Amino acid sequence: MSPAPAPGPAIECTGLRYRFGDHVAVDGVDLDVRTGEMFGLLGPNGAGKTTTIRILTTLLPVVEGEARILGLDVSKSPMQARRLVGYVPQQLSADGQLTGRENVSMFARLFDVPRRERADRVAEVLHVMNLDDAADRLASTFSGGMVRRLELAQALVNRPRVLILDEPTIGLDPVGRDTVWDRLRLLQEEGITVLITTHYMEEAEELCDRVSLMHRGRIRAMGTPTELEARLGPDATLEDVFRFYAGDSLEEGGELRDVRSTRRVARRLG
Amino acid sequence: MTFVAHGASHADSADAAIALPPSPPAWKWLGSRIATFCLAEIQRIRHDRTELLTRAIQPALWLLIFGETFDRLHAIPTGHIDYLDFLTPGILAQSGMFVAVFYGIQVIWERDAGVLAKLLVTPTPRAALVTGKAFAASIRAFSQVIVILVLARILGVHFTANPLLLVAAALAVVLGSAFFATLSLTIAGLAMTRERLMGIGQAITMPLFFASNALYPVALMPPWIRAFSVINPLSYEVNALRRLLLGTPGNLLIDFSVLLFALVLGVTVAAAILPRLVR
Repeated sequence: MSPAPAPGPAIECTGLRYRFGDHVAVDGVDLDVRTGEMFGLLGPNGAGKTTTIRILTTLLPVVEGEARILGLDVSKSPMQARRLVGYVPQQLSADGQLTGRENVSMFARLFDVPRRERADRVAEVLHVMNLDDAADRLASTFSGGMVRRLELAQALVNRPRVLILDEPTIGLDPVGRDTVWDRLRLLQEEGITVLITTHYMEEAEELCDRVSLMHRGRIRAMGTPTELEARLGPDATLEDVFRFYAGDSLEEGGELRDVRSTRRVARRLG
Repeated sequence: MTFVAHGASHADSADAAIALPPSPPAWKWLGSRIATFCLAEIQRIRHDRTELLTRAIQPALWLLIFGETFDRLHAIPTGHIDYLDFLTPGILAQSGMFVAVFYGIQVIWERDAGVLAKLLVTPTPRAALVTGKAFAASIRAFSQVIVILVLARILGVHFTANPLLLVAAALAVVLGSAFFATLSLTIAGLAMTRERLMGIGQAITMPLFFASNALYPVALMPPWIRAFSVINPLSYEVNALRRLLLGTPGNLLIDFSVLLFALVLGVTVAAAILPRLVR
């Protein structure tokens, strides 16, 4: 058994800073996500949400500051940190040349799920994501909502302690979005810690226990949706809060590459 | 039903120390990752076999048109063996290389689709990921080799039927293709786009092929090309295949050592460069 890390918040960032050349994408972010809560990281395109998530998931190195998952320093113990995390990226990222079951099985193997448990564990997460009937179809025949649920199944097959979702309902139609929300509520009831990025205020209001508003690489506000709304006034909505902190910069930033790749994937997945 | 790890409960256990699952030993995860990526490749091939057939057309044409013609011309001195026999191991190695050199395109697609990011967030060391991908590419190359060997037999090529030698020949193809796949992954990490990778891949495959002993003996080459063929892993793969399939003189220890060294070097470089794709 590996040495146990110190107890503490599920996710903790202290003074996190990351640059792409001269551009400071994440600028001294302090963040703590409590164990068992669903936490929303909100902000316009280019706010630094995805960069923060990429650091937490070890895709980007910790250059300045600290990032911890369940007390584990992700820069010092990346392999152990990855065992604790389930990750769903922004793009619809299933392998269209494999069936739903094969997609999930591959991740079960990569997370070293014991062979004797593997088939049951894969069937279990497919069932929870309501994909039993589609499990043996090629993922290229799945709708956007089904692909997203398949990705959740992949992320859950390891029974992670922390689930990190980057814009989980982006590009989904209302039906697909609702089915994903249903599954996320189920995870919430199970008590899994979930960090979710979104710029859909309705989604944040519907799902998140607490949110933080990020803009130009910095955390501008943090609290429950109700607290943040109350700070602005009696009739304020989360969207008003968002506009208050993000100003008129919603069209700033963002990565053209992300848009292009999302379109390419959408085409490939039909 | 629970999604939470064994030994861990929910929010109420926030203060409890985390019991991390034990990490398997290095040899086990390396083997496990190679098996996982190879299995996924076999599953992809099983779901769509058309690519196998279409990709087999080009090497088949090399044997049928180039091989048959030059066999009759007797223009290339190959000692006591027929030119078609001499050419077959070269085409086997070439077809594996062609498959592997463009394997990076799949990884760039995986980058665009977010799949690569998800793979890099699993507890898989970069070197194991690259090694797994490289062997997965060689599975695709190997399946093509079977088609070419069947065709060669139909054309009357004389090669060994000894199963041990055939297995060793398969190993040479797998190692050679895996090396070229690591080369492709390295280029993918540098080129970043499919279009650039296609261009670079096309630019390097022909020099690698023609500056090897696949089509003609090294002794016929001008000295500067001969010098390049000495550092070209394809030549060692072809040497090993000729020794194993046709029984021509050669040194298998050197051939396999070079292929193994090239693969280890390729994995090391590709593992260092691959994460660039998701930054």
